Amino acid sequence: MADLSVNVAGISAPNPFWLASGPLTNTAYQVMKAFDEGWGGAVWKTVGEPVINVSSRLASIDYGNRRMMGLNNVELISDRPIEDNLREIAEVKRRFPEHAVVVSLMLPSIPEMWKDMMHRVEDTGADGVELNFGCPHGMNERGMGSVIGQVPEYTEQITAYAKADSRLPVIVKLTPNVTDIRNPGRAAVQGGADALSLINTINSVMGVDLDTWLPRPQIDGRGSHGGYCGPAVKPIGLYMVSALANDRKVKVPLVGIGGIESWQDAVEYLLLGAQAVQVCTAAMHYGFRIIRSMTEGLNDYLNAKGVARVEDIVGRSANKVGDWNDLRLSYSYKVVAKIHEDKCIGCNLCYVACDDGGHQCIDKGPEMKSPVVREEDCVGCNLCALVCPVPGCIEMQEHDLGIVETWRQRQDRLTSLS
Amino acid sequence: MIPTHLGFEEVMAPMSWQEARDEALRCYYCYDAPCMSHCPTGINVPEFIRHIAEGHLQGAARVIFDDNILGSTCARICPTEVLCEGACVRTKDSRAVSIGRLQRVATDYAMNQGFPVLPAKSVKVHANVGIVGSGPAALAAAAELRRYGCEVMIYEAREQAGGLDTYGIVEFREPLAVSQWEVQQVQALGVQFHYGINVGRDVSWEEVKSRHDVLIIAVGLGPVPALGIPGEELRGVYNALELIALTKMGDYEAIDLGSRVVVIGAGNTAVDAATCAKRLGATEVTILYRRGEEAMPAYAYEYEFAKHEGVNYKWWTVVTAILGDNRVKGVHCKQSALAPSDVPGRSLRHQPLVIKENSDFEMPCDSVIIATGQSRFSSPWLALGIQQENHVPTVNPLTFETSVSRVYAIGDCLAPQEATVVSAVQQGKQAAQDIVKRYAKEGNV
Ligand SMILES: Cc1cc2nc3c(=O)[nH]c(=O)nc-3n(C[C@H](O)[C@H](O)[C@H](O)COP(=O)(O)OP(=O)(O)OC[C@H]3O[C@@H](n4cnc5c(N)ncnc54)[C@H](O)[C@@H]3O)c2cc1C
Ligand SMILES: Cc1cc2nc3c(=O)[nH]c(=O)nc-3n(C[C@H](O)[C@H](O)[C@H](O)COP(=O)(O)O)c2cc1C
Ligand code: SF4
Ligand code: SF4
Ligand code: SF4
Repeated sequence: MADLSVNVAGISAPNPFWLASGPLTNTAYQVMKAFDEGWGGAVWKTVGEPVINVSSRLASIDYGNRRMMGLNNVELISDRPIEDNLREIAEVKRRFPEHAVVVSLMLPSIPEMWKDMMHRVEDTGADGVELNFGCPHGMNERGMGSVIGQVPEYTEQITAYAKADSRLPVIVKLTPNVTDIRNPGRAAVQGGADALSLINTINSVMGVDLDTWLPRPQIDGRGSHGGYCGPAVKPIGLYMVSALANDRKVKVPLVGIGGIESWQDAVEYLLLGAQAVQVCTAAMHYGFRIIRSMTEGLNDYLNAKGVARVEDIVGRSANKVGDWNDLRLSYSYKVVAKIHEDKCIGCNLCYVACDDGGHQCIDKGPEMKSPVVREEDCVGCNLCALVCPVPGCIEMQEHDLGIVETWRQRQDRLTSLS
Repeated sequence: MIPTHLGFEEVMAPMSWQEARDEALRCYYCYDAPCMSHCPTGINVPEFIRHIAEGHLQGAARVIFDDNILGSTCARICPTEVLCEGACVRTKDSRAVSIGRLQRVATDYAMNQGFPVLPAKSVKVHANVGIVGSGPAALAAAAELRRYGCEVMIYEAREQAGGLDTYGIVEFREPLAVSQWEVQQVQALGVQFHYGINVGRDVSWEEVKSRHDVLIIAVGLGPVPALGIPGEELRGVYNALELIALTKMGDYEAIDLGSRVVVIGAGNTAVDAATCAKRLGATEVTILYRRGEEAMPAYAYEYEFAKHEGVNYKWWTVVTAILGDNRVKGVHCKQSALAPSDVPGRSLRHQPLVIKENSDFEMPCDSVIIATGQSRFSSPWLALGIQQENHVPTVNPLTFETSVSRVYAIGDCLAPQEATVVSAVQQGKQAAQDIVKRYAKEGNV
């Protein structure tokens, strides 16, 4: 058995899979059920002054046979009284002392309110708080949520309010609705954040009903922009986590969120620098039970890799993601497509993709067993291999052309010549 | 998928919308797709399947009917395993996309919601074309010619158009209503139909030819030939095509098969007749074939279907007489075998046979269905002086023009053994295109 336990800025949990703040973590009933199923932690549905919601609140995108490839919502924070939430949090913590219970908070920018709330959370025995600076709808129009997350000064300030009079670990949850995630990340650290979690949902308009011409979801004939999440957003979350993992000014632990629904997704986040991950949409889609394949899969993966503890893989790929300027240029290194004729089933998707969307370097003909790549013209863009439906049929073969030169090195070389 | 019930309703259940979408999403949307080049009519299969995947059934139907006006029939009776589906790339990594059944989803939609508007043809030509016969070959030629603006007149000997689609394909594989609907669509394109005119008998071939700029002969094949054995006149002897036609027209009272039925022949028609007999209440149906299983002309899936429906097969059996006084009581048979020396180059099906000595036996039965193929017409070719060989007119293989200028011959009347609706349709289109090309070129635009 690999050791799956984690400790994120002092918040420990039996495994790195936590439920993200959302509809799944609204009540003690849900969180306790989730812990029984095997989740390592939960971030309570954001607590604040109770709100009034709208109906409906969710819409989703299907892709092919895949339901809910992307989900969007116009839900607000918890609509339950603060007292009820805090009482249930205390109860959960009492019953599950080993599990991570984090309380998500959203409050107006008033230091006293923060001070008071931090004390009340401490009294519940919760392991930490997460500041919701990300909600992109509804709350931002009231001066909270992503309005804070989008302005580094506010982020720093409010983080400081939360930290001012409390020893509880503070995780700042960032909004992806910014041009450079490093700015709010650094600001939160500046304000005293013990960890960062990301991403919250992305601003989106989910769709329009073709029959009624109304936006989706529609609330009595109108819609609004809402937060996008689910499998579709994983690449964005991965990028943002890697950007912060590689930022020298951000030296706090990271928690990865966005589009995680399998152990593989989680491993990617871990490799790019997250110490734990949070899941929302996938558990909303399939229920808490998905945790079983996630933990088992992660355990078997670590065993197969000969890694004893999950924390040993954290960040192992992060430094492989960097500036384009540091990539080897194509006259120095390239890949060339090679079609394995024995595996080819003859769909010609590689041919048409290369001809229309690539570099016109695949030939086909009636006398040929499979399409053939003209090596000298192939730029190694990968398109053919990406469209080929047969695993392993198109191999991208590496051609190391001896010299090692990146754009940065080339610029340096040319400057030194002149 | 093999059906388990016996009735005259279609054996192949339609796909539900969910099934259709799942199946459509299995299609890779190949480029230069092999399924397409293996459809004799060249239906743009990936295109129509993509329409289905996108939920646009009208578009799917348009793609199908644009290339194959008998798309509804073909969706039901094409031997897809050896045509489009046999070539599908997914046979190599999974299983073929169910192209035929998807084609049916789209064409059924059109049957319920209305025939799609087909893309307009780029040129309009004026030619007056007469067509003899109204089977698939004729209908395809007529539709294509109308879409280019030609005047088209069809002469049909029977009361309804559609040829074997209407009279010869068993109801549980293609309901009569499907064939009738397709005929209506061709009619809606402006083709004139004249029923009950048997050309050669009611009006001369010369006369019909002289009425039109161009004549297309699409008469199909003739009746099932007599076996030339004693007892063929007895009550209880049917020829397969007549029997099927009676069931298609709902004329069940005219049929009295009894409970034990013998079918002579082992091709597609024999399978149809045998499974039809089962539905008509026969309890014991036996197909007798003078050769072995390997030489049987029916497709493998037809053989499976027949066996699944409880039809028995008896190989190497030659019927030498039908027994009975007034009504059939049984058949007298001998056993056959391949002749000791085979003829090089001939298929198993065409190798000479010998009758085994002292192999006589009798099989009691209540009726006999003869399904030994159709005879060929010779009168049209003789009447018009068309070059022919063994009653098969010689045609240009690309245009289907006969040796007589502006006289074309298409469909089963040309066919060797394995004739299909889909190839009849393609021949109709090719002849029509040649006519269009000729009249467009002659400035008759
Ligand atoms: C029992 C059976 C089962 C079959 N099953 C299949 C199948 O599953 N799949 C498949 O693809 N194909 C099948 N076929 C073959 C298919 O039906 C034929 O290939 C197709 O119908 C040929 O079309 P056609 O237009 O050439 O001829 P036909 O359909 O035979 O039409 C000829 C028409 O010409 C008319 N006619 C003939 N002489 C004259 C005249 N002198 N004057 C006026 N009209 C005349 C006839 O009345 C008839 O309507 C089957 C055939 C049979 C017999
Ligand atoms: C219906 C819904 C409600 C949410 N509510 C909250 C919330 O109250 N507080 C919060 O920080 N994030 C909230 N989120 C965002 C999630 O916690 C998470 O950041 C986001 O969904 C991305 O993860 P995923 O792709 O696994 O869903 C909500 C998401 C959804 C779908
Ligand atoms: S995409 Fe793959 S399977 Fe299809 S033709 Fe190209 S190499 Fe062959
Ligand atoms: S017409 Fe027949 S052969 Fe052609 S695609 Fe349709 S089912 Fe296949
Ligand atoms: S060959 Fe098969 S997968 Fe490819 S387009 Fe045709 S039906 Fe689709």
